[in-house]
Amino acid sequence: MTNVLINAPKTAKPGEIVEIKALILHPMETGFRPGTNGSIIPRNIIERFTASWNGAEIFRMEMSPAIAANPFVSFFAVAMESGTIGLRWTGDEGFLVEEQVAIAVG
Amino acid sequence: MRSPLDRRSFLAGAALVTVLPLASARATPEAMAAAIKEVVGGATIRAGRVKLDLPPLVENGNAVPLTVSVESPMTPADYIKAIHVFNEKNPQPHVFDARLGPRNGRAVVATRIKLGDSQKIVAIAETSAGEFWSASADVIVTLAACIEDIT
Repeated sequence: MTNVLINAPKTAKPGEIVEIKALILHPMETGFRPGTNGSIIPRNIIERFTASWNGAEIFRMEMSPAIAANPFVSFFAVAMESGTIGLRWTGDEGFLVEEQVAIAVG
Repeated sequence: MRSPLDRRSFLAGAALVTVLPLASARATPEAMAAAIKEVVGGATIRAGRVKLDLPPLVENGNAVPLTVSVESPMTPADYIKAIHVFNEKNPQPHVFDARLGPRNGRAVVATRIKLGDSQKIVAIAETSAGEFWSASADVIVTLAACIEDIT
């Protein structure tokens, strides 16, 4: 999937606090809006966003329909060791996207 | 002729009547209070330590930038475990629940949210010691989200 934008530093000093920003294309349909034919458009949202560093979970966000379309999340992490930052979005209608970025610490 | 005491009690009563509707209009809607209670349980929520950044006047409620920052050393002994954000007037009171730990270094989370009306937003942070801290912000929205399908 290429509909994801991740902004994280490629290198960091040991112990440095880095910001990780992630944006994903998704309608985040609330399930409360009528469509053009008058009936309610069924809910279709991302329910959960998780971030891991070399496989260990470091951050998680449970989302509700109140998160804007194309969800953007920014959080911080302490750079401990080199490896990969894994980001995972799951939601309604079997939505699942996983992305990884590499970071070199040293 | 009325005695001065009667007039005084009448004025006091009139003052009460004018104050009460104002107080109830600003009261937290039940749904948000119930959602907060579900997360917090019986613990007390204290104001402070949490900073909720949100534009006070929003033209488009479909995407409103929101940042929650919590003062915390973020060490394994003392860190922020979770940040919860609630709203008053969207169809549902929840906005998001973020889970953090000492690996985050800084208890700061930013995202973009939808606002269906002018309302109060509440952020609650839970510390590793089980304390709850909160901050709130009032937002005026001129174009609400979730009105109709614009696509």
